[in-house]
Amino acid sequence: MKNRRNILIVIAALLALAIVTPYSSSYVITLITHALVFAILAMSLDLLLGYTGLPSLGQAAFLGMGAYLTAILAADYGFGLGWSFWVVIVLGMLLGAATAAFFGLFAIRATGVYFLMITLALGMCVWGLAYRWNSVTGGDNGINLPPRPEFGISLANDLTFFYVVFGFFVATLATLYVIVRSPFGRSLEGIRERELRMRILGYNTWLHKYIAYIIAGAFGGLAGVLWAQMNGLVSPEDVILTTSVDALLMVVLGGPGTLVGGAIGALVVTFLRDYLSTLVHWWQYVLGGVYVLTILYLPGGLIGIPARVRNWRARGKETSSSISLKEGRP
Amino acid sequence: MDTQFWVIQAFNGVSYGALLFLLASGLSLIFGVMRIVNLSHGSYFLLGGYVALSVIWSTGSWVLALPVAALVIAGVGLVMERIFLRPLGFDPLRQVLLTVGFAFLFQQGALDIWGGDPLNIDPPEPLTGSTVVGGIYLPRYRIFMISLAVVMGLLLWLAMEKTRMGAMVRAAVDDSEMARGVGIDTSRVSMFIFALGAFLAALGGAIGGAFFGVYPGLDFEILPLAFAVVIIGGMGSLAGAAAGSLIVGLADNFGKALFPEVSYFTLYAPMVLILALKPTGLFGRD
Repeated sequence: MKNRRNILIVIAALLALAIVTPYSSSYVITLITHALVFAILAMSLDLLLGYTGLPSLGQAAFLGMGAYLTAILAADYGFGLGWSFWVVIVLGMLLGAATAAFFGLFAIRATGVYFLMITLALGMCVWGLAYRWNSVTGGDNGINLPPRPEFGISLANDLTFFYVVFGFFVATLATLYVIVRSPFGRSLEGIRERELRMRILGYNTWLHKYIAYIIAGAFGGLAGVLWAQMNGLVSPEDVILTTSVDALLMVVLGGPGTLVGGAIGALVVTFLRDYLSTLVHWWQYVLGGVYVLTILYLPGGLIGIPARVRNWRARGKETSSSISLKEGRP
Repeated sequence: MDTQFWVIQAFNGVSYGALLFLLASGLSLIFGVMRIVNLSHGSYFLLGGYVALSVIWSTGSWVLALPVAALVIAGVGLVMERIFLRPLGFDPLRQVLLTVGFAFLFQQGALDIWGGDPLNIDPPEPLTGSTVVGGIYLPRYRIFMISLAVVMGLLLWLAMEKTRMGAMVRAAVDDSEMARGVGIDTSRVSMFIFALGAFLAALGGAIGGAFFGVYPGLDFEILPLAFAVVIIGGMGSLAGAAAGSLIVGLADNFGKALFPEVSYFTLYAPMVLILALKPTGLFGRD
C-alpha cells in the first residue's frame, strides 16, 4: 500500500516536528509557527490550484479578511482575548467563506488567464480597502493587537502558541485530505482534467468549483486569524499582491495536488523571506531564483523529486539491460 | 467645489492617464498577442526610471536619457522573452510565477545598483513651472506628458494600421492559430511585441520619474494599475488601452479627491465587474 506508506511518512514527520520544536531556540519556534500559518494558506490554495485547476491570484484576500476581523475585534472591542478566541476562529472562517461565496459569483465562471486576472482584481479590491479605509482598517499603519489570548493556557508563550497553530495545521491537513479523497474531491480532479467531459457526464461543474472556492476561503480566513495573533500587527502589507503570489509559489514549489507539498513550500519560502533576509542583503536573488528555477526545472515540485529519481534510475536500469541484451545477441 | 476644482482634477486625471497609457499599451498588446500575464511589466517601468537617471548622471542630458532607457529595457524584455518565456509554452500559471521571479530579481538588482533611497528625475528647465490657461495654473510637465502620450499613441496606431508588421500583430491578436496557419511568423511577432511593450513601459518610467519619483517598490505599486487599464479597455486593443488609461486616470484622481476611503476599491471593483460580464473588456473584440 503506497498510499498508506505516504500517510505514515507524513505522520512521522509531524510527530518529529512536534517533538523537536520545543528544543529549538525561541527564534526557530517563531519561524516554524510562521511557516505553519502560511502552510494552512498554501494548502487552502492547493485545493483550488492542485485539485480543481483554478490558479487563484488573490488568496491573500481571505487571509486579510480573517486577519483584519481578528485585529478589529481585539483592538476595538477587546473581543477574542479569552475563551472567545475560539469564537473568533469560527467567525474568521465564516467571514473567509462568505467573502469567497461573494467573490466566487464573479470569479468562478472565468477560466484560465481570465480567472487569474479576476482573482487578482478581487485581491486588489481587498487591498484597496485595507490601505485606504482608514476609519476601519487603520490605513497604511495597520492595527496593533493587544497581547495574545489567555484561557487557562497563555498563547503569549511562543511554544504554547506553536502547539495551537500546529493543532490547527494538522486539523486543516486532515480535513482537506478527507475532502480531496471524497467523491466530491474526485469530481474536482475530474474538472481539473477535463471540465467539458464532467459537464457532459451531468456534473454541475460550476457548483463544484464554487464550493471548492468557498472551502478554500474558509481555511484562508483561518490562516488570517492565526497570522494576526502570530504577528501582533495587521497591515495592508499582508494582503498585497506579493502575498498571493508567494502562496502560489509555495504550492507550485512543494508540488501541486499533494496538500503536503504546499506545507513544504511554505516552509522553504518562509525560511527565505524571514531567515535568509536577516543574514544577507541579497536574499531576493535567491527568492527570485527559486521562482525561476522551480518553473523551469521542477514541474512536479519538491515532492516530485523522489519519484523522478526513481524513474530516472529505473530508466537507467532498463537501458543498461537492453544494451546487454543487444550485446548478447550474436 | 467650483469649476476650477473639476477642471484641475480632470486635468490631473488625464495627465496621469497619459502616463498609464505608456505603461499599459504595451502590456495590452503583449496580453493580446501572447496571452501572457506579465508581472514583470512594472519592473520595466521602474528600471526605465533608474536607467534614465544613470544616463542623466553620466551625460547630463535628459533628452538623451528617455530613448536610451527605453531601448536598454526593450533589450532586457527581448532577452527575457527569447530565453525564458518562449520555451515555456502556453501555461498562464507558470508564466505568472516566472515573471514574478524576474520581478524579484530586477528589484534586488535595482537595489544593489541604485540603492534604496527614493530618487527624482529633474526635467529640463522649459518643462518646469506652470502655464496659465484661463486663470488656471497647469504644470507644464503634465502638459508634456499628455502630448507625449498622444504622439506615441498616434505613432502606435499608424504602425498597427498601416505597416505590414502591424497587420501581423492584429492578426495574431484576433486568432493566433489562424495567423500561424496563413504563414505569419507569430514567434517573431511575439518577440517584437514584447520588446515594444518593455520599450513603452521604460519610457513611461523615465517620464514618470519626474512625477512620482523612482524608488524600490514602485514596480509592484504601478503594476496592478496597468492591469486595471488593460482589463477595462480590453486586451490587444490600442483604442481600448487609451480609453482604459483615461478611465483609470480619472477614476483614481476623482476617487482620491471625492471619497478617499474607498478610492482604490472604486478602481478595482469595475475591473472585476468587466471581467465577470464582458471578459474581452469595453473595447476588446470577441
